[in-house]
Amino acid sequence: MIRLKRDYILNTLFLFITAIGAFLIFVILLGIIVVLFEESFPAIKRFGFLGFVLSPSWDPVKELFGGAIPLLGTLITSLLALFLAVPIALGIAIFITEVAPRRLKEPIGVAIELLAAIPSIIYGMWGLFTLAPINAKYIEPFLQMTLGQIPPFVKLFSGTPLGIDLFTASLILSIMIIPFTASVARDSFQLVPAVLKESAYGLGATKWEVIKDVVFPYCKLGVLGGIGLSLGRALGETMAVAFVLGNLNQFPSSLFSATATVTVKLANEFTEADKDIHLASLFYLALLLFILSFTILAIAKYFIQRTQYK
Amino acid sequence: MKKTLLLLIILTLGALFKGHVEIGKASTKTINGAGATFPYPLYSAWASQYYKEKGIRVNYQSIGSGGGIRQVTERTVDFGATDMPLKPEEVEQKKLLQFPTVIGGVVIAINVPEVGDKSLTLDGETLCKIYLGEIKNWDDAKIKALNPGLSLPSKPITPVYRSDGSGTTAIFTHYLSSVCSAWAKDVGFGTSVNFRVGIGAKGNEGVANYVKRTPYSLGYLEYAYAVQNKIGVSNLKNAKGKVVSPSVDTFKEAAQTAQLDPAKHFYVFMTNAPGGNAWPIAGATYILLAKEKVDINKEVIKFFDWALQTGDKIALELHYVPLPERIKTRIREYWKKQGLF
Amino acid sequence: MIKRRKIINKLALFFCFLTALWGLFWLFFILVDVIRHGLSALTPTLILNDPAPPGEEGGGLKHALIGHALITIVATLLGVPLGVLGGTFLAEYGRNLKISRFISFLADIMVSVPAIIVGAFVYAVFVKPIGHFSGFAGAIALAIIMIPVIVRTTENMLSLIPWTLREAAFALGAPYYKVIWQIVYRGAGMGIFTGIILAIARVTGEAAPLLFTSFNNSFTSFDLKEPIASLTVTIFQYAMGPYEEWHRQAWGASFLITLFILFLTLFGRYFIRRRLKS
Repeated sequence: MIRLKRDYILNTLFLFITAIGAFLIFVILLGIIVVLFEESFPAIKRFGFLGFVLSPSWDPVKELFGGAIPLLGTLITSLLALFLAVPIALGIAIFITEVAPRRLKEPIGVAIELLAAIPSIIYGMWGLFTLAPINAKYIEPFLQMTLGQIPPFVKLFSGTPLGIDLFTASLILSIMIIPFTASVARDSFQLVPAVLKESAYGLGATKWEVIKDVVFPYCKLGVLGGIGLSLGRALGETMAVAFVLGNLNQFPSSLFSATATVTVKLANEFTEADKDIHLASLFYLALLLFILSFTILAIAKYFIQRTQYK
Repeated sequence: MKKTLLLLIILTLGALFKGHVEIGKASTKTINGAGATFPYPLYSAWASQYYKEKGIRVNYQSIGSGGGIRQVTERTVDFGATDMPLKPEEVEQKKLLQFPTVIGGVVIAINVPEVGDKSLTLDGETLCKIYLGEIKNWDDAKIKALNPGLSLPSKPITPVYRSDGSGTTAIFTHYLSSVCSAWAKDVGFGTSVNFRVGIGAKGNEGVANYVKRTPYSLGYLEYAYAVQNKIGVSNLKNAKGKVVSPSVDTFKEAAQTAQLDPAKHFYVFMTNAPGGNAWPIAGATYILLAKEKVDINKEVIKFFDWALQTGDKIALELHYVPLPERIKTRIREYWKKQGLF
Repeated sequence: MIKRRKIINKLALFFCFLTALWGLFWLFFILVDVIRHGLSALTPTLILNDPAPPGEEGGGLKHALIGHALITIVATLLGVPLGVLGGTFLAEYGRNLKISRFISFLADIMVSVPAIIVGAFVYAVFVKPIGHFSGFAGAIALAIIMIPVIVRTTENMLSLIPWTLREAAFALGAPYYKVIWQIVYRGAGMGIFTGIILAIARVTGEAAPLLFTSFNNSFTSFDLKEPIASLTVTIFQYAMGPYEEWHRQAWGASFLITLFILFLTLFGRYFIRRRLKS
């Protein structure tokens, strides 16, 4: 009897402790939102929402702050990175699931995932010391000579190739996010029932046609989820971009111009904003970034979960 | 709200780690300072020597003058450092103390392979137009006129500026504002201003790094960084119209006319100084202390008193100008008046 | 017609092959670069000395190595128990609750939330009120990043344990908490351990959340109440700086940290694979 009572108490205690652990997630999340909101309140009050989001000025002297440039910079670098990464990531997923010899599947899969394990600060430093000079010397002039000569792209590839610009930043970001899309896509490709594929083969379809017309439509949601996951990652990436983007508060005029992202602004200015409204504006940017990436990640996760329960 | 949240976090997380969270108790072993990158080579050389001699650690992190002001205002460091002096009323309002430690010069670092060992001359107006984006190329007529003997390449100029809150920026933009009305009107001066063109780099370290790595770039730097990293610097035309090159002597001459007044917490700018051989972009660098932290301040002041007594040699080696003796006396009087010395 | 389809097929599959090459190319490019520069920077002084003033030779990374290890260990000590407990709730006591699904979903998202925002958060609720940058604040920031990762892996690993095992134990009259401790944890131990290893690998490479929390220190410090240097923040400072000597040391630090993380990751993956096979 005593034992049972002791068991009951201990069990309740353990339940309680584990519950605290689980609700901690909730507390942290709520805490982040509340604190970001509270800290950015002076800026919210002063500039409003549209007034902040649409204003390109970031003028600490006149105390006028707006998030248009870093927000746009964040979106541009992330979308550009997606544009470069998604075809590659899908190709890799197809290669691993459908093309590669059985013995190579696992090693290649692991190698690609290692791209996600390399810390972002290493990407940043490597980008500054190795990739940026190569880009400035060879790749960017080459792009200017070739793609930059075709009329619709002239503007896109104009400017002095410095290597510290949108192009380098997006390229590095794209390498970093390849594994996220690739692994989700790979997992969902593997969920396609063999019967479906075999019946298509039976009709005489080629491998590519099976992938394009059977596998892809079947995995649409999963692939979208994977892309969303990558986008969420790219939006929040800091260190890799901080080294090679130049933190210039101007709208980019071409792929070869410097600009700023929310994260780069935070990393550069957070400890150094000497006026309160400056710091509040940085918190405001952080809040907006948090909401943006949280929403995108939530949608992506929802898609991925849907495919798993199918 | 924040207090309860903090409490919540401490209660849940901190329960495991009781001994480690002792709020508000500062250690006496290490003095933590942060701020200006301008005097960083000097302060870290001083700190290294001080540790060897006295065994006391002075941890100085160069995060930028804006950071120095912010972090000492938030009281997260024991002392802040800034090259942009706070106005006397601001010092009072934030309950701080402010005193200078050393004088230095901001120079224009250039990376133009064609110039090589020869010297390039610029003036205030040209610099202003480069940073406004109006002068775009190295072979612009204005630059050519200043450098008749030099063959300048037809390459676009990449200006490099500070992306963090910086006293070097404050001194530099104060100079631009005083020689160029367009700058004063459109941009103004401060630790971080709204730059129109170029690429931003973090700290004097970052500007030096970017200028070094980027051909045809130009940036403003504390002199020690240019010397240590063997980056070319330009001459400037000063207020008297004379072409001067950066050196301890020209910095010294700029400092001579400056009024460092303890009653104003030593607030002064030395840009565009009237002396015949004065370097036009010089400035003192300052220490900020939180007024109420008397015990820690005494430790900090011991360090800087030691530095004022014995640190001149190291300062000169790194091309900073030590403060004249009469100013040092004034600083010690200032400390005494605050009951710290 | 058939021929064209075949050619398209070949071309498309060849493109997929190229994409894999592209991915592998960057991986090897980065690794080779880090190893090449890193090995040449690796000297005894790099590991044994405190940093020298800029421009002087002979400085090292002892302060950052020790600081980084301290921060990571404390973060692990904070994050692992909480994460494992949270995951236990989601997979055991609360498995049928709607709120558990919701928390699990939130944890999943928080795994990818921008790390720098966590840094700003900890600065606002911890550094500012206490009035000091501290190694402890850095550890809390890392723990916050770690917790969701561990919650999710624990939940997954516990769910893999067949329900019948638990029922067998219940039938013997064991209370739930004993079943969890003695049956479930024992069965899922290796999996949870792997999750922890991977979570440590994840936070070891973080720089952004440490910038505003543990800050930096130019001396070796064992005091978590003080600012503490870390390898990643040091890399940021040194790589951005102009001194050749700093760049050399930054490469050295990158080499050490990359090696450590890749080792942990491969080790963790090896365990996962072994587990899935058995």
